[in-house]
Amino acid sequence: MWSDALNAPRARDGKAPDVLHQGGWVEMREYRDTEEVDFVIVGTGAGGGTLAARLAEQGFSVVAMDAGGWFRPIEEFASDETAQEMIYWNDHRVTDGANPLTMGGNNSGKAIGGSTVHYAMVALRFRPEWFKSRTLLGYGADWPIDWREMWHWYAEAERQLSIAGPLSYPWGPKRGRYPFRAHELNGAAKLLAEGAQKTGIEWTETPLATLSAPYRDANGTSPPCVYRGFCRFGCSTNAKRSSLTVFIPRALAAGAEVRDLAMVGKIETGPDGRATGVHYHRDGEWRFQKAKNVIVAGYAVETPRLLLNSANDRFPDGLANSSGLVGKNLMTQSNSAVWGRMDTPVRSYKGPPSLAISEHWNYDDNNDFHGGYLWLGQGPMPIEWAGVLTGAKGLWGDALREEMRDYNHMVGVKMVGETLPNEANRVTLADDVDQYGLKVARITFSYGDNDKAMIDHALQQMRASIDAVDASDIFDQPDDNCHLGGTIRMGDDPTTSVVNADGRSWDIPNLWVCDGSLFPTVGGVNPSLTIYALALRMADRIGEMSKRGELYRCRM
Amino acid sequence: MAEKPSFPGYDTMARRDTQSWNEPTRQAIDARLSVPREPRFFTVEEWDCADALCQLIIPGVIDPPLVALLDAALHDGDGHGTRTQTVPYRREAWRQGVNALDSCARGSHGKPFAQLGKDDQSALLETIQRGEPTAGQWGAMEPQDFFKRCVLGDIPALFYSLPQAWNEIGFGGPASPRGYVRLELGHRDPWEAAEVGPDGDSDTVERKNRHVV
Repeated sequence: MWSDALNAPRARDGKAPDVLHQGGWVEMREYRDTEEVDFVIVGTGAGGGTLAARLAEQGFSVVAMDAGGWFRPIEEFASDETAQEMIYWNDHRVTDGANPLTMGGNNSGKAIGGSTVHYAMVALRFRPEWFKSRTLLGYGADWPIDWREMWHWYAEAERQLSIAGPLSYPWGPKRGRYPFRAHELNGAAKLLAEGAQKTGIEWTETPLATLSAPYRDANGTSPPCVYRGFCRFGCSTNAKRSSLTVFIPRALAAGAEVRDLAMVGKIETGPDGRATGVHYHRDGEWRFQKAKNVIVAGYAVETPRLLLNSANDRFPDGLANSSGLVGKNLMTQSNSAVWGRMDTPVRSYKGPPSLAISEHWNYDDNNDFHGGYLWLGQGPMPIEWAGVLTGAKGLWGDALREEMRDYNHMVGVKMVGETLPNEANRVTLADDVDQYGLKVARITFSYGDNDKAMIDHALQQMRASIDAVDASDIFDQPDDNCHLGGTIRMGDDPTTSVVNADGRSWDIPNLWVCDGSLFPTVGGVNPSLTIYALALRMADRIGEMSKRGELYRCRM
Repeated sequence: MAEKPSFPGYDTMARRDTQSWNEPTRQAIDARLSVPREPRFFTVEEWDCADALCQLIIPGVIDPPLVALLDAALHDGDGHGTRTQTVPYRREAWRQGVNALDSCARGSHGKPFAQLGKDDQSALLETIQRGEPTAGQWGAMEPQDFFKRCVLGDIPALFYSLPQAWNEIGFGGPASPRGYVRLELGHRDPWEAAEVGPDGDSDTVERKNRHVV
């Protein structure tokens, strides 16, 4: 039963769940709380899980913690929208601003594997110019990393995740072919392609982190995707390539300890101002894990929340916050859509929801707004579809029930749009406390004029694409948001950023961050591949720094 | 407007014991269908009000009644976790919300919401949905936001979590480990709902739908 995963920790007594084998367990190295490990990592998603594997594989002692449970997908994941809510971060939070963000399944995971347990697996690279958007495109802020370096780590992430994608990608500089062949297109993807062709823009098969052929390595096997849908509610076959199925097994094999149901509430600092470890709640009590380095990988809300909740006499405004930027520049990605009805049944619930993509507007600079967006094919499940109709049309009663009967005939495309950084959009602490007694995050967000102009443009373009396939009853779903970014900006200057290019705090040199909160700009693509790539790069950099003696009391 | 699709003879539950349903799915749906039909979160009065509200949002005979699923969800957890400036966390919002609805009904008609006629109930909901003033006591909660976030956010989600609803819309339903094979536009796997028209005439479709296992 999955609920067992939430009743008591599963990783203990020297063993951890082996999610690649039914009922399996693997040996797990364990560390005492008093043992000063090289790295304690907070969070096990695309940032934390990847780092746990790569740091342990280099010989560092690693303890990774996650507030969520350690689920066994092939035994415990239902094909059900409601039953799978347990993989989302649904703890209390406060949202405000002119456009309060929708939190949950689109952007917040709570499980070993983090949000990668529920992500839609869309694995995209940034457009190269976005890494210098301020200098080259005149908006946002420059990243402290060169795109050519990221290109190397993107390829590495794609290889390690066995991304299935097209032979040649239509946009951006040349890249090698994807490691696995692209998936077959479903009806919704075919219609996206037809709409693109008829309106004269390019489209392609979406690079996806789900297997298109069997995979085997030393840790186990995974089967190819069976196109059951429900990807965003957890993959029950392990075809999904996630932190849970790829990097956590590697971390365990390399000697990392991974603690489930371990909520970190505070990072402690010592007399010299360095981090000394983390206070965490597990098994009904607060404990303290000593560590030489602390890496926070809790994503754009929980990471700044932890740094702010760790305020002490020496750092009254929270840790790593001499710039005052911790929590600021919160970005989301706009997620508006256009829908229409086809005479032919589309049955878009089959297969991964986003099998086809157009990045056309990410690579066009002749618009009256900054930044870019893409759109993806869609495959809403029934509850999500009811939410579209109630949200966009305000339907209820017989009108809702009647219109729902067109479910199998509906087709839509949905944008992932860049929003611009703005210091007024931010994560702070609310006075409410959660079940651990910790102050919850207050998430303040309002769209700016540029964001709104982009959404208007996207709705118009998506409408043209849906119209081009002769859909009827076309309507807009203007209000939705998805992924997050910002809040712990990385940069070259300690006064205008929180951490450097390695995710290392300017103020506390043994405190690091590795997740989507690092992003100075979010671009118009889904963020997970960029987070994986940053984590792979960061692990490599830490190895180099260690060899040169540049880590605090920690040398390989 | 075209006639709405129909799927005569289609029953998602026929696949319960096939390769389209894994054990966790069976457990989840069994638990949902056998939810207690009595209040554990709401008081009896609140339950009656919420029941009337659920029947307005999704009319018709529904088993289990949606109010039972709503009560169970609020009994078991606090929903989607966020509050805004105008709508508190789910448990508090729902308790305040149904009491406010009752106070509106009492203010305008002198009796609780559940005892109003359907037309009066609908008129009140439309007033709230439009953001117009009501005769009720809403405290710090914004009625229109409560309606959008909780009433429309939660009640349809309860209905479309039921196999009965999946039959009505022709949804394939749970699909693991078998998944699907025919992804092409308009193509139907033999274990998917057949629709009158695209998949044959009424008799043909009904025969197909008897064999969606």
